[in-house]
Amino acid sequence: MPPSLLEIDDLKVHFSLRDGVVKAVDGLSLAVGRGEVLGLVGESGSGKTVTGFAILGLVDPPGRVVAGSIRFRGDELVGCPEPELRRIRGHDIAMVFQDPMMTLNPVLRIDTQMIEAITAHERVSARAARARAGAALAAVGIASPDERLAAYPHQLSGGMRQRVAIAIALLHRPALVIADEPTTALDVTIQSQIVAEMQTLCAEAGTALIWITHDLALISGFADRVAVMYAGRIVEQGPIDAVLAAPLHPYTRGLIGSLPGGGQRGAPLDQIPGLPPSPMNLPPGCAFAPRCARADAACGVAPEMVSHAGGRATRCWHPHVALESVS
Amino acid sequence: MVAPVTSVEMPAAAGDAGLLRLWAEFAESRLAVVALACVVILFALALAAPWIAPQNPYDLSQLSILDNNLAPGSRSADGLTYWLGTDDQGRDLVSAILYGLRLSLLVAATATAFGLAIGATAGIIAAYFGGLIDAAIMRIVDIQLSFPAILIALILLAILGKGVDKVVVALVLVQWAYYARTIRGSAMVERRREYIEAARCLALSPARIMFRHLLPNAFPPLIVVATVQVAHAISLEATLSFLGVGVPITEPSLGLLIANGYGYMLSGLYWIAFYPGIALLAAILAINLVGDRIADVMNPRLKR
Repeated sequence: MPPSLLEIDDLKVHFSLRDGVVKAVDGLSLAVGRGEVLGLVGESGSGKTVTGFAILGLVDPPGRVVAGSIRFRGDELVGCPEPELRRIRGHDIAMVFQDPMMTLNPVLRIDTQMIEAITAHERVSARAARARAGAALAAVGIASPDERLAAYPHQLSGGMRQRVAIAIALLHRPALVIADEPTTALDVTIQSQIVAEMQTLCAEAGTALIWITHDLALISGFADRVAVMYAGRIVEQGPIDAVLAAPLHPYTRGLIGSLPGGGQRGAPLDQIPGLPPSPMNLPPGCAFAPRCARADAACGVAPEMVSHAGGRATRCWHPHVALESVS
Repeated sequence: MVAPVTSVEMPAAAGDAGLLRLWAEFAESRLAVVALACVVILFALALAAPWIAPQNPYDLSQLSILDNNLAPGSRSADGLTYWLGTDDQGRDLVSAILYGLRLSLLVAATATAFGLAIGATAGIIAAYFGGLIDAAIMRIVDIQLSFPAILIALILLAILGKGVDKVVVALVLVQWAYYARTIRGSAMVERRREYIEAARCLALSPARIMFRHLLPNAFPPLIVVATVQVAHAISLEATLSFLGVGVPITEPSLGLLIANGYGYMLSGLYWIAFYPGIALLAAILAINLVGDRIADVMNPRLKR
């Protein structure tokens, strides 16, 4: 594994609400290497997006990072003063959001938005910034970028808007891009184009990518590693092919089983029974136990992350494939 | 480099087309169009007052005390016709009304502009930062709005004294709270949108996010409030002047003209208060009608 670019250790992000504390992220540990593509997979509400915001230091009250550390290139980001975080935000770590209809300001032209993204970090003339913005649009595959620069967001199609958002994210050649379900709102054909483009662009620039999604099939083609999140924790991580071929955690297995595959026509898909637990009221012990077919008395105690051969790890008392434990 | 996409959705509705559509919707109400025409005419008359008024009512040397309290249509000694009569100082009422309208509209427009700037800034700051800052600003607004506007203005003018500038200050202080509350509401909604998160992820400065991203998107409801508040400002100024704490007697606004003529009403000299009253009513009514129509056009829930 290449040396780590981002290391998250035992991160806890809690939201204190009137009726209790929502533990959106509760003891998450994760590492991303330089130029690595990590898929962060989980159901809605498992804390994927909050993790992304926590990395950028943008968790809004009532949310708060209550414990843990986030190290980026060895520097601690938790508790880092705002001016330093602002130097990193958008420059070294960029974000691409889910809905391209919503991430561009409807009342400002594309060039205005791109130029201000450039001048937020660099002292360049508006003309030079505009030229760079045009080049960035061309790089993400937008034809006649000069015309598009003068357009308003509502004049562009959804795929086009997401390309603009990606171009903005890549303007400063960040070391890490956090993509929060960037293709969920798009047509399937556009989706694969965007995925392919992101992949190419990040590989060219050596940019690491955290691709947040609930779609295992989508990332299976291009992620190096995958981390599966459940109720604010990573329950399994490892190289994507190994995880997909032989999931260790029953939850991962359930996720893969719920994907439609060949030769299953007519047969009902395997579902994971029940609903994700309320993050306000997590079950004691293993959070997945109430929905797990393998749960027994041992699961009343929260399992630790256990490393397995092949760079894999899982948080389960009864992993599916008994691989030789290394630690 | 990625292969360029050639299929492009062509620009559909540009900004101009959007404005045209709004105008078409506005014009569906004939009453509103007439009201808008009235507003435009009144503003034009007010602006052009120094050039079209037969007399400068502020210049005492032009006034002839012998011409006082003349009925509408009378002629002066030097051949000038007083179409709306004269007041007790011998002022031509047409001129006085034009100048009075000018002053009333000027005071109202200035007060609205400043009130809007202060209120919008306060509301945006409250919505953007939230928490304690929001609570502090909005409690001040609540306190402000819980007092009757006329009371606050009276107290302020009692402290500050008379004068056009002081009336403007009083009106601004009375009105900013309406704008602050309105824009905070719409900015709270916009604040939660992804483009604000995206702007924060780009490390744009808070000031830039507030005034370039949040303000334009949260602004439309304010247009309605501001239009109606111009009318309120006019009537409040007239009230204050009528009560004698507004503009000085040497520069009469519509309210002061009405106050002047009030004493002569029962003596049969109705025109001194009546015609300025009509002008005031027309201005307030027309602006309110326009404001109501804008509110209708901009409220998607009222669409048929």
